[in-house]
This record gives sequence, structure tokens and C-alpha cells, in this order.
Amino acid sequence: MGLTERLTIPEEEFVYSGHTACGGCGGALAMRIALKALGPRTILVLPACCWAVIPGVLPATCLSVPVLSIGFAATGAAVSGIEASLKAQGIDDVTVVGWAGDGGTADIGIQSLSGAVERGHDFIYFCYDNEAYMNTGIQRSGATPSGAVTTTTPARKREEKKDMVEIMVAHHIPYAATASLAYPEDMIKKITRARSIKGPKYIHVLSPCPPGWRYPSEKTVEIARKAVMSRIFPLYSVEGGKYEIQRRNIKKIPVGDYLKMQGRFKLSEEDRAEIQKKVDENWESLLAKEGTA
Amino acid sequence: MRMILTGNYCAAHGAKLSRAKVVAAYPITPQTTIVEKIASMVATGEYDAQYVPVESEHSAMAACIAAEMAGSRAFTATSSHGLAYMHEMLHWASGQRVPVVMPVVNRAIGPPWNIWVEHTDALSQRDTGWMQIFCESNQELLDTVIMAYKIAEDRRVLLPAMINVDAFYLSHTLENVDVPDQDKVDSFLPPYSIPFKLDVDDPLGFGHLIMPDGWMELRWEIERSMVRARKVIEEVQTEFNEVFGRSYSSIEPYRCEGAERVVVGMGTMTSTAKDAIDALRRKGERVGLIKMRTFRPFPGDEIVQLLDREGIERVGVMDRSTSFGSDSPLYGEIKSALYGRSDVMINGYVIGLGGREIKVDDVASILKDLEVGERGRVKWWGLKIEGESGDEMKSEAKHGPD
Repeated sequence: MGLTERLTIPEEEFVYSGHTACGGCGGALAMRIALKALGPRTILVLPACCWAVIPGVLPATCLSVPVLSIGFAATGAAVSGIEASLKAQGIDDVTVVGWAGDGGTADIGIQSLSGAVERGHDFIYFCYDNEAYMNTGIQRSGATPSGAVTTTTPARKREEKKDMVEIMVAHHIPYAATASLAYPEDMIKKITRARSIKGPKYIHVLSPCPPGWRYPSEKTVEIARKAVMSRIFPLYSVEGGKYEIQRRNIKKIPVGDYLKMQGRFKLSEEDRAEIQKKVDENWESLLAKEGTA
Repeated sequence: MRMILTGNYCAAHGAKLSRAKVVAAYPITPQTTIVEKIASMVATGEYDAQYVPVESEHSAMAACIAAEMAGSRAFTATSSHGLAYMHEMLHWASGQRVPVVMPVVNRAIGPPWNIWVEHTDALSQRDTGWMQIFCESNQELLDTVIMAYKIAEDRRVLLPAMINVDAFYLSHTLENVDVPDQDKVDSFLPPYSIPFKLDVDDPLGFGHLIMPDGWMELRWEIERSMVRARKVIEEVQTEFNEVFGRSYSSIEPYRCEGAERVVVGMGTMTSTAKDAIDALRRKGERVGLIKMRTFRPFPGDEIVQLLDREGIERVGVMDRSTSFGSDSPLYGEIKSALYGRSDVMINGYVIGLGGREIKVDDVASILKDLEVGERGRVKWWGLKIEGESGDEMKSEAKHGPD
């Protein structure tokens, strides 16, 4: 990586020290990177999720942008209300951001998110996806991948992970993308792009979770990178319905290399082969959507 | 200006005259024509507001809370199941101290489906930290929307307000209404301002985690504000009465002078009761009515003082709602207010649930029942089950199963 590329990450910090996230929290790192791209003229909505407690105990907060906490299901509705309120006041230089976990996005919050996107409000919605209800102690969500053990799927989850980006694309959303905290330049580029587009934008950030995924806390970035390299979490964007894959030329690794770093997966060789098959099929399908298959 | 308006159109005009800048609402019978009217006034440019057609009532209230936190006066309206669906966000509004104003067109909650009037929807939200006001007429509804913003946004209060109106009797019934001039409303109701907001130039975080050592004090603040609201409501009503030529107060006695027996009620049943009382007074009976406008904060002291001042001996509380397994809501509140301060006889009457008509004769028969009835009972009035009222149910419980 060249020096010029490294400098695309702004130095200013908007997440101060003293937050209460676990060591190695992918969600905390995702917020740190995202706010660097969003900047100080941002209003943040946080529903129930790990980030409801990460800012710290009142009256302290580690976030230096205004934040409205809201009920679990209501992120989409709250960003709609803020956007309408700012519009009513003629304020057009503030970015309204919803920031929810995978449960708050794919499960309980999907209705209000769907409504907000369908109505076309101008906001960016982030799902920091740690693939289970981690704040309440690792219960399965609609975004938990097949094969993962959680406290409510003690054998392992049998069902497939919901594809939120595709659900957003089905809303004719102007911009949707995946992002990884192992590729901060890509993430910042995508947020910057999203800010330049009017209307609803959706960014899905895979956020590894040391206690939930059962791996040592220093491995977060490595696991995030392996998710992209193995193509189980490909980096891509969909703008105006047009798909574009990023980092397509990085060295492909077997998905087993990603899975075996984590204690949450209870898999046989056969299971791993099955997951590899699905990853390959999904990649082909993504190439087809991009028009490069 | 005089206009012929339904209750629902009065609510819409109230929002417009109050210059609520964000309206987020979801349709539900019988509230629908409120949001239809607002959508149409916004579409024609007659009303300058952002209309957000949300996908649920839960989202309606969340959007209103967020809109007010971001600096705009907000309005919504709902009914029945919609109000129940909003429940979590009702707590969020009062806990976050946003002065949202919301008419609720009172309707029964199913199953089975029932779209007609009942107060159980609103009264089962009693403990959410909302002020609750009940209206008797369309005029009262329109005026109360305007007053409610002034009360709710008062720095001594900063709590949301729910304005309750009877389904169909008000929501869909036309009435000759005096619609106040915008200029007069503007000088009565100042522009929206609360002492905190989401502001990128002064960033604050709202609603994060709090530990038990701070929580009770925040709840105490809400309690204190609710108590202060009693005074603020009276102040604002008095000012409104002077400016607009009305006569509102939190409890409105009707022909209570020298009354031995009174009925107490909320909403349109009080109009019916007035007719019953006029007829009985013509016959020389010493009867009266106490119309309750405010249910939260509850004007218990005022009720006790009124009963005491007028020397009223027997009170029948008419509840268009029920609390299964205990006293009906309004009856329970008044009984509680009287405890240790008065020994008037008081009975509760559950009546008119799910849109069942409350007739002049029903009120008269309740007043008659008060002449002979024992004290401290809840009766279901007009129940179409042979030989059953609340009485029998109670004695069954007393004696236990066979």
C-alpha cells in the first residue's frame, strides 16, 4: 500500500478514548472509520445494539457528534423524522446517519428501515454486522450465518444469512455497498460517495466480534480481511442498480481459512465444502450482476 | 372564522394553526381523515409542513420524537390498535422529554374487531408519562390542540400531550366551529423551542446508558413536571379563555350547585349527561355532572374540593373503559383521591363500551341507582346478560367458588 493511499484516511478522531466496547470490537473500529468519513456535521441515531452502551454511561459519551438513542425497531423512523425536521428548517448541510446492528437491521428494525428507504429520505444507514445479538449475549439473528453456534442455536444455526444488501437493492435504493474495516480506504471512499448522493444510502459493514465469534481480540482485522479474501463477504457497491466489485484481484483464499479462525463454527469437512460451494456460487452470481461473469 | 367541521378536520386545522412543521402519521379508522386532510393541505401548499407517511404507528411516534429533537414542532394522530402499537415510543417521548402533541380518536381494541368508541385505548396508556385530556366537542378538540402545544412546551412541563376524542361521535360528526385566526394563534403560541436539541454545533448525546444511581432522579423530574403541569394547564386554559372567548378548565362542574347526586364522565357522554340532568332538574331533583377534561395529571384535589364545597353526597363515575379484575379507571382514580378526605358515597359504572350508545335514560338510571345503591361498587350498566351486572360478579368473588 502506497503512502498516498494511506493519507486518504482523515486524521481527525470523532470517537474519543474511554468507550466501553470489548477489546478488539469490530463495531467500535467501524464507527471510528465511518465518522472520519462522515465528519462533524453528522447526526447519529443509535437503536438498541452494542453501540447503545459503547458511548459510555451518562453524562459521558465518547462520541463527538450529536446522538439520538431510540428504541430497537425505530432507527429508520428516527432518521426519517430528523431528516424531515432539518428540511423543515432549511438545513441541508448535515448528514443524517442511522447506525444499527444486524438484529436491529435484519430483524426488528427491517420494517422502519424499509419504510424510510421506500419514502426516499436523505440519510445513510449503516449496519455493523456482528452476525448475532451480541449486546445481549450472542443470540442468533436473521444475519447469523449457517453453521454458527449461538446461545439460541446451541447445536448450530441451520438457516442461511439474510442478504440485506439485496433487500436494499430491491427497494431501488440509490446506493448500497458492503464495506470492511480491514479496507478502511475503500470504506471511506464509499461513505464519501454515499454522502454525495441524495436519498437513502445503505452500507453494510462486517464487524467481527471476539467474544461472539470466539477468537483472540487482536485478530479482528485479520478476520475481516479474510472474509473479503475468501469472498464470503465480497466488497461491492450498487449505485443506481449498477453493481461494481471492489478489490476483485486480491488473492483468493479458501473459506475454511476464514472459518477455522473462529470458535463459533461447528463444521465437518462436508459442511465446509458446502459453504465453499455457496461462496463460489454467490461470487459467480455477483459477477453476473456486475455483467462480468 | 366559522366553519362546519368534523372532529378530525378540527384536529388537522389545530395542527396547521399550531404550525407543527413535521407530521408523521399512519392511517387507522377512525383517525384516517385527520391524516388525509393534513396530506391534502400540505399538497396544496395551504399548510407548510413536512408530511411523512410512515409505515407504522411505532414509526410515527419515533419520527415525531426525532423531529422534535432536531428542532421542529411535530404532530401525529392515531387510535386504538395504533396507539397500542406505539406504546414503547410513548414511553420514549416522555422519557426523552419531547412535547409531542397527539390526538387519539378513542376506539375499542380487538379482538374481535370493533371500530367504535371506547376509552380503554387511551387509559391503558395511563402510565406512559403523557398528559391526557378528553374532549366533549369538536370546538374543544381544535382549541385543545393549540393549548396542548403551549402546555407541553412550557419549560416547567416538557412532556407530551394526548388529546382524546370519541370515535365517530366527534371524529366524523360535523359541528359549527369557530376556527381561530392564525395571527391570534401565533401571538398565543410562541414558535417551537425546547432547551435541548440535536445540534452539530453543540453536539450532545441523548438517551445513552444510565446506571441505577441516576435513574430514579430522572423519573422524579418527570413526576415533578407532571405535578407542575396541573398549574400550567390551568394557566394556559385561563389565557386561552381570555384571548379566544372560551371557558375551559380541568374539571367542569355542570349544575353542581346544591346537588346531592352527581355523575362524573369524560368525552361526549358528558353532553348526554347534561341533557339528563336538565330534565331531572326540571323535575326538582338535585343532580349534577362533573366533566373531567384532564385525566393526567389527575386533578384529584380539585374533585375533592368541589365535592366538599357543593356538599355532594353521592357520586356515580361513568367509565367508557374497564380494567379487568379491578376498579374501572376513572372510578379508581377518583376513589383514590377521596381516600381519607371525604366519605361521600361513590360507585363506578362501566358503560358504553365498544360504541354502545349512552342514552339520556342511562344517565338518569345511574342517578336513580345512586339514590338507593350501596357504596363502593362497580356495575356494568346495560349489560345484555340476564341478571348480571358487576354486582353479581363481585358477590361471587366474595363468597368464593362453590
